[in-house]
Amino acid sequence: MNQQQSAPEAAAPVMSLKGGGLSFGHRALWQGLDLDIRPGEFLAVLGANGSGKSSLLKVLLGLLPLSEGRLERHVPREKLGYVPQQKNFAPDTALRARDLVALGVDGHRWGIRRDRRRVHQVVDGLLEKVGALDYARVPVGQLSGGEQQRLRIAQAMASDPQVLLCDEPLLSLDPRHQNVVSALVNQRCREAGTAVVFVTHELNPVLPYVDRVLYLAQGRFRIGTPEEVMNTETLSELYQGHVEVVRSHDRLLVSGIPEQIHHEQEEVD
Amino acid sequence: MDPNSFWSSVFNFDNYGELLALLQNSLWAGAVLGVLGGLVGVFVVKRDLSFAVHGISELSFAGASLALLLGADVVLGSLIGSVAAALLLGLMGLKAREKNSLIGVLMPFGLGLGILFLSLYQGRAANKFSLLTGQIVSVDTVQLDALVVTAALVMAALAVLWRPLNFASDDPDVAAARGVPVKGLSLAFMLILGVSVALSIQIVGALLVLALLITPAAAAFKVTGSPLLVVLLSVAFAVTATVGGILLALGGSIPISPYVTTISFTIYLACWGIGAWRRKTGRNGRRLRVAEQRAAEPKGVSA
Ligand SMILES: Nc1ncnc2c1ncn2[C@@H]1O[C@H](COP(=O)(O)OP(=O)(O)O)[C@@H](O)[C@H]1O
Ligand SMILES: [Mg+2]
Repeated sequence: MNQQQSAPEAAAPVMSLKGGGLSFGHRALWQGLDLDIRPGEFLAVLGANGSGKSSLLKVLLGLLPLSEGRLERHVPREKLGYVPQQKNFAPDTALRARDLVALGVDGHRWGIRRDRRRVHQVVDGLLEKVGALDYARVPVGQLSGGEQQRLRIAQAMASDPQVLLCDEPLLSLDPRHQNVVSALVNQRCREAGTAVVFVTHELNPVLPYVDRVLYLAQGRFRIGTPEEVMNTETLSELYQGHVEVVRSHDRLLVSGIPEQIHHEQEEVD
Repeated sequence: MDPNSFWSSVFNFDNYGELLALLQNSLWAGAVLGVLGGLVGVFVVKRDLSFAVHGISELSFAGASLALLLGADVVLGSLIGSVAAALLLGLMGLKAREKNSLIGVLMPFGLGLGILFLSLYQGRAANKFSLLTGQIVSVDTVQLDALVVTAALVMAALAVLWRPLNFASDDPDVAAARGVPVKGLSLAFMLILGVSVALSIQIVGALLVLALLITPAAAAFKVTGSPLLVVLLSVAFAVTATVGGILLALGGSIPISPYVTTISFTIYLACWGIGAWRRKTGRNGRRLRVAEQRAAEPKGVSA
């Protein structure tokens, strides 16, 4: 768990939630959330569909106001990288792999692009980092999920982010690509000291990298190291029912999570 | 109608040189609208606004008919109609499905109003007809100047918004996260679209605005995945359709729209065919390495 690195707690947080709460109408997704996100820290966010994980990322991005508490951001907005939940591009979307990454380089600037050569070079560098040079010229709509996720990471890295917010980047990937994508994010985290907030349904692919886990369930939450959160007592308390956590080798198996949680809500973007 | 008179009303190249000189302004107008339509069309396709274009053009038609009835400036009337419709759609900011039903409600209403105004109008019948089906307006220099200036303003606005508008159209979630004003851009584009529709109606008529604002761009999307090339092709196709349409229509006695739409449609068919052939042969720009062929998608490419 990267203990050989200097403890992330030492550095000042890049973002903090102080008593943060989010509700839609009468429904509170989470309340009283105190969270410090520190440089070089890998934070996994777990929870059932509808528990408010995507909404948390939107709050951190400044796209959704908190219902209570406040958000402190100590890095400029451009230094927030975002890997959105995977979406399907139409097969004839006029956007090749390299164009998607280029959007992250200068897509937010006014006017038309005048420094084509420089952007081209920057994009090549990013594509190389994530191993996507071979399909640089393929339209995004014709790429597999794993290939698209690698591009998303390259796109998010274009602004040299200090915080990387990833929304279920492992969704619908096969185990090999889950590992590739997790390793890429971890590499960024360790090499550049980028804080990572990684929303995922599956903890196992990132378990070797995770410093802390934020577990959201039924309007409650727990934060702590994977050992502190992912155990039978804590999860049973969180779900107020018996949830069994078994550790076998380096994998965690969770069973007994109440059924209705999974089907409680459809995802809403 | 015997075949000879049919063909001579469709294609008639008598005195072609003189006509050409007379209608030089119209040709320029067609070229300007082609460039504008090609540019705007790219974003119409990207933002999935085809149906909105139709709705806006019907309200533009209603505005123009009202202006005709009141003896006001027709161009101004159509401008007010289309900009109002575009802004309404933009401000509602609805999800695609709700938006489409709203357009479906607005469209017949606008068309009905337009027809009401036209049937009350006592003036020349040709004026009525041209609002719907277009004409080679005998564009005079003043009109041409106004058209060029307006189109230039719209294109300048597009140039300023270019990169963020592309970002917001192609990848809205990430654009918003990056601080791009996605909602503001959406509204700004609706305004641009409203003005463009009003200008296009002068040449191709309310019913066939789609041929100028959608077909060329849709054709371009079929043959290239490059964001730059898609724009260039879309503009080239749209200019070919309008200028080509005017050149063919010059001598005949038929409105310009059938020529424009036929050229557009032919181009679209050709592009669609090319796209289908490319897909079949698996040409999508992927670099295949022999060692990695196993991992690559089985597209039947012979190395
Ligand atoms: N804009 C919104 N208005 C009302 N309710 C919302 C909105 N966005 C999200 N929600 C609600 O918040 C819940 C959590 O959504 P989300 O954060 O996407 O969950 P997760 O990503 O954990 O699956 C959803 O079940 C949805 O009902
Ligand atoms: Mg989600």
